[in-house]
Amino acid sequence: MSRVRVLVGTRKGAFVLSSDASRKRWDVDGPHFAGWEIYHLKGSPSDPQRLYASQSSGWFGQVLQRSNDGGKTWESAGNQFSYEGTPGPHVWYDGSPHPWEFKRVWHLEPSLGDPDTVFAGVEDAAFFKSTDGAQTWSELPGLRTHETASTWAPGAGGLCLHTIVIDPSTTDRMYIAISAAGVFRTDDAGKTWRPANRGLRSNTMPDQDAEVGHCVHRIAMHPSRPNVLFMQKHWDVMRTDDGAQSWKEISGNLPTDFGFVIDVHAHEPNTVYVVPITSDSHHFVPDGKLRVYRSRTGGDEWEALTNGLPQKDCYVNVLRDAMTVDSLDPCGVYFGTSGGQVYASADAGDNWAPIVRDLPPVLSVEVQTLP
Amino acid sequence: MIRVVLPANLQTLAGVGRVVELEVSAPITQRSVLDALENNYPALRGTMRDMTTKKRRPMLRFFACEEDWSDVSPDAPLPDEVVSGKEPFLIIGAIAGGRR
Repeated sequence: MSRVRVLVGTRKGAFVLSSDASRKRWDVDGPHFAGWEIYHLKGSPSDPQRLYASQSSGWFGQVLQRSNDGGKTWESAGNQFSYEGTPGPHVWYDGSPHPWEFKRVWHLEPSLGDPDTVFAGVEDAAFFKSTDGAQTWSELPGLRTHETASTWAPGAGGLCLHTIVIDPSTTDRMYIAISAAGVFRTDDAGKTWRPANRGLRSNTMPDQDAEVGHCVHRIAMHPSRPNVLFMQKHWDVMRTDDGAQSWKEISGNLPTDFGFVIDVHAHEPNTVYVVPITSDSHHFVPDGKLRVYRSRTGGDEWEALTNGLPQKDCYVNVLRDAMTVDSLDPCGVYFGTSGGQVYASADAGDNWAPIVRDLPPVLSVEVQTLP
Repeated sequence: MIRVVLPANLQTLAGVGRVVELEVSAPITQRSVLDALENNYPALRGTMRDMTTKKRRPMLRFFACEEDWSDVSPDAPLPDEVVSGKEPFLIIGAIAGGRR
């Protein structure tokens, strides 16, 4: 019988939540790395027992962890992230030039076919790769040295590369997103990159439809339709049908189109989920109600999903890496909140229940569907 | 034998208790003690000093014999009490938490 393993990164450690396919009763294991910020954990698609975790601390810096037994035990891996050459400056919040400085790993993306190959998106924004199971890391500098890089400026969370999406039909093609530079696409496994933001408009920039500078919060793809991507931008929910050569807005009837997460149903490529957040100055759900919105039409037409979610006095946020879907049927949907709850739906969002209610603030949620 | 006191998060990371004992070759300095600590516990590499420059991480302090050694040259000899093992070399996380 299939089962699922939910990997939760929080401000104060990692947790592994396990259930059978019913997704009704859960075992909670953790905290792992207690006291450390765990920005992201993710398992290898080709070896689900191989997990990677980004462990960091304002005091002690960056640590990488690796597990070969599905998170029961962990070992420290390589944590040297050195930019190639002498990095130039990017733009600081006040508009002044600021030197590129490594701060932390935001996102780990294991390759689709090799458990020892893993990509890392870091702050200050750069793209790293390991081919030895995270023991050593090399920057692919084509992104950070892009001709526009000196104009990139940080979002509130820093100049972070937070999303990596691999095209399963052409694995040399990848998309990344940087706050606040936007989406970039590579077709040669990360050697060269080009901005992929046509159609985005952001009123935080003097040139609202500039080639770069957009605060993209998250992008998501269904593996069966890799030319279609969905985006939650700072404001606006967007969609591309041509591999990010152009984007169009699909916010439609959402109560607010600010938010962080976006994800796609495992079996319905046109079914998309977001969690609207009030605004860029009010990072909590609108009207005290925690509502996931689902579109079954690829955007524009959205329905609120509320069964089992708090509908009064709720003021949590859901951060960009904190939603995921499993591949069971019916599809399971999961998200974690700044209040420490992890909610699960075993029926594609129709009904929800908390797996846990009182973890530290949740930074990331990933799920593995296991045989 | 040199005794080093670790903060809680580094104890967890290295899988050790509050105090670790190290064989350190002379001269006994902050640099040689931290080198020995990292060699014995590779998981600690990069958590106390920058991997490349070996500069102390800004939110850590190094104490010995009731003195703050944080800004003393890493190659200065440590006090005899530390060299003899009578007093520990202390690695302290700055009191700067709370925001998160």
